[in-house]
Amino acid sequence: MKKGHRSSILIIVALLLLVLLPAYISSSSYTIILISNILMYVVMAESWVIFSGPTGYISLAPAAFFGVGVYSSAILGEVLPLPVVILVGGIASFILAYLVGSATLRLKGMYFTMFTFGLVELIRNLVHWWEVNVTGTVGRLIASEDPLVVFYAMVVIFLAVLAVSWLIGRSKFGLALRGIGESEEAAAHSGVNVDRVKAVSFGVSAFFMGLTGATMCWRWSYIDPTTAFNMQYSFMPVLMAIFGGMGHLYGPVIGATIFALLEELLTTKFPYYYMLIFGLTMIVVIRFMSSGLEGVIEKWRKVGKGGAEGVAHDAGKR
Amino acid sequence: MNILEIEGLCKYFGGLSAAAGVDLHVAEGEIVGLIGPNGAGKTTVFNLVSGALVPDSGSIRFKGIAIEGRKPHEIRRRGIARTFQAVKVFSNMSTLDNVLLGHLFGGAEQQAMTDSARRETEEILEFVGLKGMKETRARDLILANQKRLEVARALAARPHLLLLDEVMAGLTPTEVASSMDLVKKIRETGVTVFMIEHVMKAIMSICDRIVVLHHGEKIAEGTAQEIVQNRTVIEVYLGE
Amino acid sequence: MILVRILDIVIGGLLTGGIFALIAVGFGLQYGVARVLNIAHGEFIMLGAFCAWTLFTKAGITPLVSMIICAPFFFAIGYVIYRILYNPLRSSSASPAVFEGNSMLASFGLLFVIQNVALLIWGAPVKGYTYLAFPVNVLGAVFSANRIVTLVVSVILGSAFYAFLMSTRTGKAIRAAAQDPDAAELMGVRISRVLALCFGLGAMMAALGGLLLSMTSIMLAPVMGMQYTLIAIIVVVLGGLGNIKGSFIGGVILGLVGYIVSSVQPGLSMVAYYVIFLFLLLVKPSGLLGK
Repeated sequence: MKKGHRSSILIIVALLLLVLLPAYISSSSYTIILISNILMYVVMAESWVIFSGPTGYISLAPAAFFGVGVYSSAILGEVLPLPVVILVGGIASFILAYLVGSATLRLKGMYFTMFTFGLVELIRNLVHWWEVNVTGTVGRLIASEDPLVVFYAMVVIFLAVLAVSWLIGRSKFGLALRGIGESEEAAAHSGVNVDRVKAVSFGVSAFFMGLTGATMCWRWSYIDPTTAFNMQYSFMPVLMAIFGGMGHLYGPVIGATIFALLEELLTTKFPYYYMLIFGLTMIVVIRFMSSGLEGVIEKWRKVGKGGAEGVAHDAGKR
Repeated sequence: MNILEIEGLCKYFGGLSAAAGVDLHVAEGEIVGLIGPNGAGKTTVFNLVSGALVPDSGSIRFKGIAIEGRKPHEIRRRGIARTFQAVKVFSNMSTLDNVLLGHLFGGAEQQAMTDSARRETEEILEFVGLKGMKETRARDLILANQKRLEVARALAARPHLLLLDEVMAGLTPTEVASSMDLVKKIRETGVTVFMIEHVMKAIMSICDRIVVLHHGEKIAEGTAQEIVQNRTVIEVYLGE
Repeated sequence: MILVRILDIVIGGLLTGGIFALIAVGFGLQYGVARVLNIAHGEFIMLGAFCAWTLFTKAGITPLVSMIICAPFFFAIGYVIYRILYNPLRSSSASPAVFEGNSMLASFGLLFVIQNVALLIWGAPVKGYTYLAFPVNVLGAVFSANRIVTLVVSVILGSAFYAFLMSTRTGKAIRAAAQDPDAAELMGVRISRVLALCFGLGAMMAALGGLLLSMTSIMLAPVMGMQYTLIAIIVVVLGGLGNIKGSFIGGVILGLVGYIVSSVQPGLSMVAYYVIFLFLLLVKPSGLLGK
């Protein structure tokens, strides 16, 4: 077990360096903004895996929770200090997810997925209608925040989601989640309050998505329902998590980083092709690499290390 | 004292009555067998008791308290555990983790994940004879061991009543024999056993009492001797 | 006067509902039989609409004729996509549940690909055309002729499909596969072929639905597909999975609701659909007519 602890800590230190170093070396705000963007996707992907990874319920709702965070910031941003505003965004998303989850998670997996698919559109339409009919203006302006502040906030959120993800994985709660993923009926009959565990984990996952939305929107100057509740924020994390792999903590990190960099490259060089490339990648990954990049990496590691050592490094899993 | 009392239990699926007014009881410390032709409603009764299904009418009393309609995890925490006809182990988790889950969540008082919890789990594994395989992934176990694993998981957190659903199906004669020994060992620890079984040899030799179901109703009840000589039972089985 | 108002609502709802029904039947075929939750279903609708636009504005071919040209084309595309993408997935998935998840995610990728291709071909700016836009008086309520045509065609297509399902050998094979693919295979049904057929038919119906929709002067854009996928999902759940008649009735009901809500509070129709969806899922997920 000790060996496992060591490698996890090493990974986290490495990640911290990776994240903070470029920001110091290159004083350009482009790098800071780029890394913030990458961290946004990493956090979204990692938090998506917190719930959807072990349980196997494919949620397409991340955009809804991201958007709730965005709007929390927009509405409360002038009134409360930044850290509080961001936290409120996270909490609001948690509550929404917990309520929605309690109501819909007893559905069969596919019905749940269909439901979450529509949830984003529902909220977007609702907010839009509200803005048209009640507040009178669609969209609102928000003050921009220093990119460095956003960057540091994202670093903190990134570390937090990794920590929470890791803790869940080693806890009783994580055990219950995995049991639910294997057989809900057996888990329930073993004493697990399946509905509550699912709703809470869905809520925790949404919490970080809300935090992210509430943080990232400070880089935009204008928000409206379409930009806040954009389906991309649902599709991309799912794509990244599948591509990177969901069994270990680093899977979504790698997947999200690669895709975020790819997106950055493609939107500047080939803006008309990036959806195509992402879509094809998704198809190829699902068809041929069902455990994602992680699966490939783990297979290579196990072949290299062999037997007993394989068990120790499994401690770095979620 | 009767640990389990079922009265007038009914469950309908569309036009079909899976349980049509079942009356039976299980006394504390007994090993009671539940037999009957396929489709008699045996697993339905188990599902109703364990909370997997909600009865349409009738009552189920466990230690005197009505439990019909409660959720499976509540019933488990009250002290009724079960295994399944089609083995439902947590395939990709280790043998230890399978039982640990039952140990942490299955009792009236929830347990924390500590080293002592792990040790207690290992003891359960030893009790059923799986100690050497605690790190093996459940899906890599042979069927007989998967069934033992399910029993171990059910025994975690000390249930008072254990429902075994065809725990000996698909086992070789040797495996059946050691399974029978395990059931007896379980009763000796104070757990009441209620078992559905098709392997007649097992039922006849270890059960104190046998209840026979047919078309969702109890048609006979008694000791192995009595059942074997019961004309209705013979007709029902020969007629199938 | 009230009678006219009611008639207006009922017929208006039917007109909207007819297309919803057609779209839903196609989706239902793909999910109910082939077990593919095709999130990209709406993209085929979009493609059908754009094909109609192109054929009409560039070649002067009327939408009704375009239907005859496009139908086999989209059927073939759907068939091929199933064979090269979903069928291998079916074999490589560890269980039906895994396959459902994987095929949904693969449809995801397909959605991206198709939308991007449409963007490349037709560009982002919104398009539209008008055809048969003259008003027609139906029992006192006035509607645009093209909408009535879409209802008529939807009903014809739906009935034709129903007849196909019930009377032909292939139709029976499809019904068998919907009930129990393994049993059907044992009885000699070539499962991969039948499932590919279903997928192709589903894609074809989606495209035809899109084609009909485009006739009613709606705004065409590469991103228009998703809302229809959602509607298809809701209708299928409303009518009961695998139930053709149910999909039709569900489509009509949803169309009615949408029409009523739109006339009272425009912009809330999607919300209304969704509330119905949520209500259904919680109360009777097997649908109004499901078992």
